[in-house]
Amino acid sequence: MEATTPILAAERVSLRFGGVRALTDVSFEVRKGEVFSIIGPNGAGKTSMVNCISGRYRPTEGRIRFDGQDITRLPTRKRAAIGIGRTFQNLALFGHMTVLDNIMVGRHHLLKHGFWTGMPFWLFGAQREEIAHRREVEEIIDFLEIQHVRKAVAGTLSYGLRKRVELARAVALRPKLILLDEPMAGMNLEEKEDMARFILDLNEEWGMTVLMIEHDMGVVMDISHRVMVLDFGRKIAEGRPEEVLADPHVRRAYLGEADEVVSEPEEAMEPVES
Amino acid sequence: MAVMTPAGDYRTSYREDMTIFPTRNSRLALWLGLALLCAAPLVLGRYELGLLVNIGIMGIAALGLNILVGFTGQISIGHAAFFGFGAFASAWLHEQFHIPVVLCIPLAGFMTALIGLVFGAPAARLKGLYLAIATLAAQFILEDFFARAQWFTGGVAGRITEPFELFGWRADREESFFYVVLAFVILMFVGAANLMRTRDGRALVAVRDHYLSAEVMGINLAYYRTLSFGIASFYAGVAGALYAHYLLFVSVEAFTILLSIQFLGMVIIGGLGSVMGSLMGAAFMVLLPEAVQMVADALAGGAIDRALRLGNSISFLREMTIGAAIILFLIFEPDGLARRWRLIKAYWKLYPYSH
Repeated sequence: MEATTPILAAERVSLRFGGVRALTDVSFEVRKGEVFSIIGPNGAGKTSMVNCISGRYRPTEGRIRFDGQDITRLPTRKRAAIGIGRTFQNLALFGHMTVLDNIMVGRHHLLKHGFWTGMPFWLFGAQREEIAHRREVEEIIDFLEIQHVRKAVAGTLSYGLRKRVELARAVALRPKLILLDEPMAGMNLEEKEDMARFILDLNEEWGMTVLMIEHDMGVVMDISHRVMVLDFGRKIAEGRPEEVLADPHVRRAYLGEADEVVSEPEEAMEPVES
Repeated sequence: MAVMTPAGDYRTSYREDMTIFPTRNSRLALWLGLALLCAAPLVLGRYELGLLVNIGIMGIAALGLNILVGFTGQISIGHAAFFGFGAFASAWLHEQFHIPVVLCIPLAGFMTALIGLVFGAPAARLKGLYLAIATLAAQFILEDFFARAQWFTGGVAGRITEPFELFGWRADREESFFYVVLAFVILMFVGAANLMRTRDGRALVAVRDHYLSAEVMGINLAYYRTLSFGIASFYAGVAGALYAHYLLFVSVEAFTILLSIQFLGMVIIGGLGSVMGSLMGAAFMVLLPEAVQMVADALAGGAIDRALRLGNSISFLREMTIGAAIILFLIFEPDGLARRWRLIKAYWKLYPYSH
């Protein structure tokens, strides 16, 4: 992947909560069209970094630029419209809504009809708009293979399906950059393989830039173009997966303490049934 | 629970899949029900029609509160004050500017919505108990306003209102006013059902279910929290206006906090977050005292009556049953009548193979 224009740039981002330094001086760039992963031990500041990008936290110092625009102080709700979507580490679906409605919420910033024209559904084109967007949402449903649950209430679904619905909702925003916070946490091997395939398709066919936090090293090494490693809120390495994996700092901070983690890539590659 | 459709009922377009009444039978039931309601004034007496009118008016107000409490997950214990404001506003508009009553009712709704937006503004920042207290303040401020603003409400003496009139057709009796209420009930309920299947309705529910991810989806939390107060007040205002032109007299005492609590009771009994549940809850609350009365009448003169002196205590028995009903629903059916109704429908769909 030789795309070089940065779509996202963090410039010397620091984040402090009182005396706790969650992030210190972190700079990195995500290039248009790549799969970029952030890894690091628990508490390294990975989710804090994603929260800074999605607007949940405001960096204490430093700047974040997206698509040439400084978004450091942009309110969270305005980031959907400029093209940033995200999923959460802990499920954050709208539990009492159907899967379909959950995904339609993702279209929020693309829909024009508010309550004035929505209440007289048939008169001013709200219905036409709903149908047009329903069609797009159905495409996402087809892509993520959740047709069978589209009318189910989100809160009643299994964990793996909920993760998938959450991804569908983020995709419905039509983001340029999609932030995935541990998309594969708590999944079994088969679900992980599905998810990895979805992420690759999103990246290659739908043209989305992916920024992902993931603990499963096998997946990270397989599908990322570049990887950044955080430890205690500092960046300790960045580069292609194999370079990062070979970095002595990384091995000491993250991988070295448990050798079996390193061997996981091979395991993950094995077919499910022989 | 997944939606069940009968075998052979296939949808071939998204338009068909988006209808409010999903199956052929439910649409049939709808038209049949409407036909029956239209014929009701020919069959029922004035007293029974009066009950139906009450159910309709309370149902509209309860629906407004349900949008606020059930769908957006906020709380208001000042709903009766907005209901009352709508009543006075409509009466005032008609007397002051001689606007026809048919226009006064929606205009009163809009005026109430504005007041609701003012009192709902704290909702952008407050949640839970604090918001409850803020709405309690709205209740008392408005009640005080009703008692003092002579020019607007007629003060403690109250205000006489004119009956509904449209092209010379006067709806000043139960038989005729019933149709007015029926029309408004249909309009307001269809409006709410449509709201809930379009952008802003989904945003309201999203704010309730998970406000953090709602924000990431581009939803403006403060806007929608305040908007739901505006919409709730609009419904309360329209219902209040109907109430004013039904009773032909409005006075302060009707809109106390007790009525606010009753609205909350309707919403809880009917089912939080259910459009039709609001109407069911209103029907339950209006009919429950009637049922108590009937039981008391049936027992009159019997041993139980003599032992408990039902005849004397009937008025407080009514209040008690309402309280007991709310408690029992909270314990045994927190999702209200709407869920019970769904379960009954599901049972008959699967009958006799319910597993």
